[in-house]
Amino acid sequence: MANAAAFSGGSVTNLGPSVEGFLTPASDEESQPFWDGTELGQLRVQACAACGRLRLPPRPMCPHCRSTQREWRAVSGRGTVWSYAVPHPPLLPAYAELAPYNVIVVELAEAADIRMVGNLVTGPEGPINEIDPATIVIGEPVEVVFGRLHRADGSSVALPRWVRAGS
Amino acid sequence: MTAVAFRDTTAIVGIAQTEFSKHLVPTETELAARVIVDACADAGIDPSEINALCSYTMEATEEVEIARNVGAGDITYFSQIGYGGGAGCGVVGQAAMAVATGQAEVAVAWRSRKRGSGPRPWSNTSTQLAVPGQWTRPHGMLRPADEIAALTRRYMHQFGATRDHLANIAVAVRGHANRNPAAMMFEKQMTHEDYLAARWISEPLCLFDNCLETDGALACVIVSADRARDCPHPPAYVHAFAQGLPAQHQTMVNFFNEDPLLGPAWACARRLWANAEFGPADVDVAQIYDAFTPLILLSLEGYGFCERGEAAGFTENGNLEWGKGSLPVNTSGGGLSEAYVHGFNLITEGVKQIRGSSTAQVEGAETCLVTGGEGVPTSALLLRR
Repeated sequence: MANAAAFSGGSVTNLGPSVEGFLTPASDEESQPFWDGTELGQLRVQACAACGRLRLPPRPMCPHCRSTQREWRAVSGRGTVWSYAVPHPPLLPAYAELAPYNVIVVELAEAADIRMVGNLVTGPEGPINEIDPATIVIGEPVEVVFGRLHRADGSSVALPRWVRAGS
Repeated sequence: MTAVAFRDTTAIVGIAQTEFSKHLVPTETELAARVIVDACADAGIDPSEINALCSYTMEATEEVEIARNVGAGDITYFSQIGYGGGAGCGVVGQAAMAVATGQAEVAVAWRSRKRGSGPRPWSNTSTQLAVPGQWTRPHGMLRPADEIAALTRRYMHQFGATRDHLANIAVAVRGHANRNPAAMMFEKQMTHEDYLAARWISEPLCLFDNCLETDGALACVIVSADRARDCPHPPAYVHAFAQGLPAQHQTMVNFFNEDPLLGPAWACARRLWANAEFGPADVDVAQIYDAFTPLILLSLEGYGFCERGEAAGFTENGNLEWGKGSLPVNTSGGGLSEAYVHGFNLITEGVKQIRGSSTAQVEGAETCLVTGGEGVPTSALLLRR
């Protein structure tokens, strides 16, 4: 995690009770630095320490130069909406209560082949069903924000979420 | 043995299926054992002769149990293939390769699944969150339908497809099921308007873009072409077979490569057509994996029936409908309207078309393409008379 010291921190806002029962990410050995980053309000992407190519989801080997030297880099957190879906029930109860809601796929500004799934919200703590899906436009610019999701056991995780650029 | 030498050296000579229903009482093991014995009877072969067993990694009935139930002798080849609905044609293809290369003489492929009775797989939260679920599930992209919905929205945006095109697919396939007494939707008609009025599952996908939930089992028997000629039914020769897992593919959420709309079908098709002595224009009827209607759009392009971005137009004017179109698709009703058993009913329907016994028989059908699921590592078969 050679670059970690260079990261600038962002802010993480607590999400309200509307997200009780949401699934929280289970990190693995490769992905833990990503979630360490969101804790600091940073969006990180794995990079090959040899050839510099970005990759996500993270994995031990660079498919371009086959190096296993890897690091994490902060990215700008800017991207564009590549596509989206609007789920309706049947869904897990916590999500069914908020349905229909949006799930967007964001193409990152730094790498067109890295697309992150998230929700388009009005602010870090905004509910996932606040924005009218009919207003979502493929290609519109978005920026990352971070919201803290609390688990029943008292632990928490910071999720990347997306707001319209400049909002 | 080269792929050219493999052509038509094996054949599917026995097929069988159970009833398809939302709920069957027998266990998956009992359903599998029964249907394998029935497929052997259809082939005129005693189950004691089975010496190869091939299925899906998601198959819960294991080779050991199958062999003990059906009274098989020495099993000398067994394999399982991963990725759910992508596996089916690969299962049959690998069974055929085992026979062609002399590893076995009588191969059985099967799928037994009580998906109708069981809980929805996506509702098991303990399996939701490991790789790659951590990137998608917390945000409410919970189900395969949500993943395919995002791909579909992009396809519509990029190529100008509309819900009317998805309706063309759903209505064509339902019409085929209405001719097939074994289909779960045999008695349920559906119009274009019915489609458009259906409730949403994940916009832009509605109820009728999604496959059924089915209890059922199917099996087929594969032997050498020489032996096939002595079997009671006309052989469905395995002309060519391929599997496809393209570069940098991420299963179901294929968002992490340059073009997520170019999925495994393209990789599989390149190999399939290279192995075959005929091309897409020579296919009389196709059974295309249809867990979701848009998978048919992508597959029509991937397997070369039309150019990229043209699949929506290809569905127009009843072009996928039996008795009407240039390429009748899913003539038993497919996963959308006959039964969803990870695509194995597409394989048996392909055999029926070659035998001339389909309930939506394409007159004089000599060739049939069968595909596994687009969006996951996949497989395809070319059957011929």
